[in-house]
Amino acid sequence: MSRLQVVSGKGGTGKTTVAAALALALATEGKRTLLVEVEGRQGIAQLFETEALPYEERKIAVAPGGGEVYALAIDPELALLDYLQMFYKMGGAGRALKKLGAIDFATTIAPGLRDVLLTGKACEAVRRKDKAGRFVYDYVVMDAPPTGRITRFLNVNDEVAGLARIGPIHNQAQAVMRVLKSSETAVHLVTLLEEMPVQETADGIAELRSARLPVGRVIVNMVRPEVLDAADLELVRSVPRAAVAKSLSSAGLGGARRGGNAERLVSPLLTQADEYAERHTLEHEQRAVLQELELPVHELPLLAEGMDLAGLYELAGGLREQGLT
Amino acid sequence: MSRPEPAQAQDATRHHAPHLSPTRVLDLDPLLDDPKTRIVVCCGSGGVGKTTTAAALGLRAAERGRKVVVLTIDPARRLAQSMGIDSLDNTPRRVKGVEGDGELHAMMLDMKRTFDEIVEAHADGERAAAILGNPFYQSLSAGFAGTQEYMAMEKLGQLRAKDEWDLIVVDTPPSRSALDFLDAPKRLGSFLDGKLIRVLLAPAKMGGRAGMKFLNVGMSMMTGALGKLLGGQLLKDVQTFVAAMDSMFGGFRTRADATYKLLQAPGTAFLVVAAPERDALREAAYFVERLAAEDMPLAGLVLNRVHGSGADRLSAERALAAAENLEEPRIVDQEDGKAGLRNSPDTYESSESAASEAPAPDAGSPAATDPERTAATDGPKSVTPHVERSVDQLTAGLLRLHAERMRLLSREQRTRDRFTALHPEVAVAEVAALPGDVHDLAGLRDIGDRLAAHRPELPDTAVDA
Repeated sequence: MSRLQVVSGKGGTGKTTVAAALALALATEGKRTLLVEVEGRQGIAQLFETEALPYEERKIAVAPGGGEVYALAIDPELALLDYLQMFYKMGGAGRALKKLGAIDFATTIAPGLRDVLLTGKACEAVRRKDKAGRFVYDYVVMDAPPTGRITRFLNVNDEVAGLARIGPIHNQAQAVMRVLKSSETAVHLVTLLEEMPVQETADGIAELRSARLPVGRVIVNMVRPEVLDAADLELVRSVPRAAVAKSLSSAGLGGARRGGNAERLVSPLLTQADEYAERHTLEHEQRAVLQELELPVHELPLLAEGMDLAGLYELAGGLREQGLT
Repeated sequence: MSRPEPAQAQDATRHHAPHLSPTRVLDLDPLLDDPKTRIVVCCGSGGVGKTTTAAALGLRAAERGRKVVVLTIDPARRLAQSMGIDSLDNTPRRVKGVEGDGELHAMMLDMKRTFDEIVEAHADGERAAAILGNPFYQSLSAGFAGTQEYMAMEKLGQLRAKDEWDLIVVDTPPSRSALDFLDAPKRLGSFLDGKLIRVLLAPAKMGGRAGMKFLNVGMSMMTGALGKLLGGQLLKDVQTFVAAMDSMFGGFRTRADATYKLLQAPGTAFLVVAAPERDALREAAYFVERLAAEDMPLAGLVLNRVHGSGADRLSAERALAAAENLEEPRIVDQEDGKAGLRNSPDTYESSESAASEAPAPDAGSPAATDPERTAATDGPKSVTPHVERSVDQLTAGLLRLHAERMRLLSREQRTRDRFTALHPEVAVAEVAALPGDVHDLAGLRDIGDRLAAHRPELPDTAVDA
């Protein structure tokens, strides 16, 4: 099991939720995981129903069996100052650089450096050991940028190592790339059973593979329950409306005669069934596309009551059952 | 944990409302038709259908007679194809198949190309070549996140300056925060006014002259620190790049400032795009606040993928109770079954005992699984229970499906109400959810119709079940 788990996905597929559920699932049975946020959206804090996360590793949840989930929202500016101090003992220079606007430059005007800092910080957490020589975190889970940008984001250090051909930044960038391109890392893609996210997932996987970044699994999120089975869908096409009206009426929903309450339900209910059938067909097609990617595919259910903390534990349980941990 | 009781109580009353009805309705056609509207900016978090909305609005405006260009940032391949263009590029391409007198053009922002064009347009040949060949420039322009925002602003400024189009519809970059492009001019400004640029420029400008000794100690320490950090060669690349760009930076800023002002002007309308989901609407609220803080003219909120139901007077609870009713194993003698069920839902528990006594004898037999064949061989009378059983099963499924839909509806309503409570001033246009994706102009046109219709199109059935 790779120690750095990167979770990406098209916007709106719920990659933050999946990353958080994965961090919880991996923490089960006494493990310690770090959930890292890199996009400054404070999605993790919202998910765990806590206040905004500072740039500080902080325990946010306890997993079944005594595990712990820590969270960190990486602030690129603070990460840079951190780095200068940690690696180059340049704390003072860092402050001077900040005054000059160099830190702002590094983290915004030259945003490539921002990505270097974000990936660098995550890799540092992966490699960090305590005094006894054990890893501080068993797993680091990163809520990464969306699929469209993930390859560039992870590969930024390659680019930087090419730009800065010598010096500490070069060495740092290469050290990060060694982690990211090894089996220590797995990049998972979250998708929905819809055309555009599935297409983007396929494209993203091709890009990751051509950049020789390790692709992990495909996680299909928000899978709707099967309400009507194949036999139902077959029958819905031929069933006499009167029979449905009669059936509704027998269930206590009013009169089956024309204009009766049960009869007036038939049309809208059959329309909804047609929509379901259309979506069902689409989902079936998209599942087939995902199968062709030759990667393990997992599915997480759509939570009927919307996403909350209890739902997160439910999804974490689902991930464990499916052997993701 | 939040207490669910009050919310449920509210929901119960809402089930009788026709569907989501916003306090203020955003009427898009007058906005698109108004010759004074020159720029429409669509912003919103990723995955809410922002680019599709931009394309659909562009098409609608064109078919209502305007000459439109849609600037997309990173369209899905399918969307480009839906406009009949296999690969959009940095030049507006006319979209074929647009009805009416208007025109629709579409383009996709190519960051590197846009950046290169600026360099070529504003620097003489030799200097331009030096910049284009600089390794630092090549990485910067090839699209580190962030460059996109500057280039989107630049391109919008260019398109507007050409004055070739009646209306420019812009899709915003899928950045961490989709309003980062608003910060572009300010960031550039603070960089250009800052000391850093002087430090970076210092050695290049001082080079050769005896000036080195005038350089104060602090500055030389800084360049020393930067050199140590970046490596001497990268620092040199950055310095050469900044020196070469120096004369152009001013122009950059002037144009970025002008575009920023253009966005604040009355001819611009911002549309915040969202889906009725918690995260998307939270982001939408952030955009609304941010736009207000920047004095940007907000036209309203486009709420995509809103679900409706033609049977929304039948609540989820009643539908489920009825479904359970139907799913209880029935017996062949249906008169008894019906008698028990007619008094539902209060009595259906009592019918359970009756049902458990009747083991539905035919359930496992081949006849039960193949009602048609049975119908052919046996008399209709003995078959009726089997057929009815499967119709009941289907009906129960339909009711469960409906219950799911109603739950979705009330969840969407709750999230939307939260937004409306925070921002009652924001007009909302709701777009009914489509079961599938958009593949062609007809699909985009359909979305345009849904955008302009004031509420989701639903079968006109009022069911007082």
